[in-house]
Amino acid sequence: MSIGTTTRTEADDLEPRSLLEVTSNARRRERISRIMSVVMFGCVMAAVVPLVLLLWQVVSNGATAFGWEFITRIEPLSYRDRGGGYLHGIVGTLYMTGIATLLAVPLGIAAAVYLSERPNGRYASVVRFFTDVMTGVPSIFVGLAVYALLVSGSGGFGLGFGTLAGATSLAIIMLPIVVRSSEEMLRLVPADLRAASYGLGAREWQTTLRVTLPAAAPGLTTGAILAVARGAGETAPLILTALGARQVVTSLTGAPQSDIGLLMLDGFTQPFDAGIERAWAGGLTLILITLLLSIGARIVASRRQI
Amino acid sequence: MSSTSTAFAPTHRGLRGSARGRRADPLFRAMLVLAASSVLLILAAMIVRTSIEASPVFASEGIFGFVTGQEWSVGTSRSEVTGTYGAFPFIYGTLKISFIAILLAVPTSIGIALFTNEVAPAWLRKPLIYTIDTLAMVPSVVYALVGLYFFRVVFWGPMGELVAGSPLGEATTFFGPPVLLASYWSAANILTIMILPIITAICRDVFAQVPADERNAAFAMGATRWEVMSRVIVPQSFSGIVGGTMLGLGRALGETLAVAVLIGSSQRWAPQLFFGGDSMTAVIANTFADAHPEAVWALLAIGVTLFFITMSVNIAARLIVARVNRRVGGSVVA
Repeated sequence: MSIGTTTRTEADDLEPRSLLEVTSNARRRERISRIMSVVMFGCVMAAVVPLVLLLWQVVSNGATAFGWEFITRIEPLSYRDRGGGYLHGIVGTLYMTGIATLLAVPLGIAAAVYLSERPNGRYASVVRFFTDVMTGVPSIFVGLAVYALLVSGSGGFGLGFGTLAGATSLAIIMLPIVVRSSEEMLRLVPADLRAASYGLGAREWQTTLRVTLPAAAPGLTTGAILAVARGAGETAPLILTALGARQVVTSLTGAPQSDIGLLMLDGFTQPFDAGIERAWAGGLTLILITLLLSIGARIVASRRQI
Repeated sequence: MSSTSTAFAPTHRGLRGSARGRRADPLFRAMLVLAASSVLLILAAMIVRTSIEASPVFASEGIFGFVTGQEWSVGTSRSEVTGTYGAFPFIYGTLKISFIAILLAVPTSIGIALFTNEVAPAWLRKPLIYTIDTLAMVPSVVYALVGLYFFRVVFWGPMGELVAGSPLGEATTFFGPPVLLASYWSAANILTIMILPIITAICRDVFAQVPADERNAAFAMGATRWEVMSRVIVPQSFSGIVGGTMLGLGRALGETLAVAVLIGSSQRWAPQLFFGGDSMTAVIANTFADAHPEAVWALLAIGVTLFFITMSVNIAARLIVARVNRRVGGSVVA
């Protein structure tokens, strides 16, 4: 490693030099350092400016069609007609995300309890590794797989497109996020707390359910909310599992289900202004849902005691 | 914990031992093992079912033929494979936009991470981290919408025109005209924005793990801030940066909606940057809704191929990141 400071010996320079005297080389290096700081600031701007522009576009374009009517009415049959809203999509998104949460969060926390209690176990490391790998599975592949497993009649369960299939694909996407964040949180629970519980004669399941989990509760909630936000914003797998609907659907299986993202995709790929305006309002709704969830997660996280 | 216990006898009802508790323990443990195994079971079930469904297409084209074939003409059969399925144009498009996105995103991410960790004043750090993380929270369909109606019209299209009209565009086919709005370039740009927060988060964590002694030693020897960053922090974190890059690449390869809307869905794969093409995820999302059973198998075959590509990238990334973690301790990826 060479830093570029030139070593001066007395032979080079017989006069005593002051530490306050700045050589031209040092001045040059300082200038490069300052220029690079500006370049790095430029990198930050390259990320912040698109975000600001994106939020500005969504808010300003979405405001036209957004309002009380947008969240309480369904879309008119024609994309040319103004008015109406995404009630069916909002219901579908919340319905499927809700079921996905019920499926993924308990399972994920249980898996995390197993992993956190065996930090170095061989099977636990295998599970941990594949959980990480699962985080990177493309969401469209999850959609295809759920289609092949649940929706398709040939070899699958043949449930058809609908709420349950959509919710399952969202749950599969959320599961690894819940597992890894919960494991981190459970590991933060002091061993003393568990030891004290065992010392009082508690069984393993009593210790886990009544001591470890309550102690880690805020952290677990944070992780779960972030996973829910991720699931609520996911659209790609729903193309293959929920398919989309033009009315409010309440049945669990048997009828294709709607989703905000699917409605947006239908709306903004049509060349009609009214449909595009509603798609922007749909985007605003999705951003509000995910941002509110993430702010909620941060508030819960700030209450954490361990 | 148990505030009700007296000095001598624990009386907290919830923690008192009983026969029921003793019998419940093995059951409880079995449930936990089952929950942990569910991850492996789901992953295995997904791979097995999609591979079985896709097998007729692989059988008729051959795996090599499927990956290198250049013609994709869909048949309409319900029971057998009658069309020709060559996925090369889609694989080419996916790899092309992902690599361009990585080329643009990695230096920017390193810059952001260095700025956040080393240059920014302390009060600015948390807001900066939150802002960059917010990029990761924006749903893909919203990126698709804003990319379609705003970014590509205002930025990427004009930028493409500028480059294609310059001497660079005249000299090389890659940067040459024509410039389309729905193109590899637009898709690569939206991917860049989407993978920035992932790579940045990992870079930030690995940079923070460089021992303070080594940084301070470099400062003490008279190194400037930039010299400390470029010659101590970045080289020390090299394998972490590689791991983060691979994770970003995995995300870019699998990103669907924004790419499906912006890449142009042209089956003619073009060597140009500003021309329309198609990607693996885009063709699945765009053609699934009106695909015949035979075409669905072919889409599943693309899905399986995509899965194995992203899987190898992700496994490599995880192994690298895990090794870095073991070396320096702590955990990196959330």
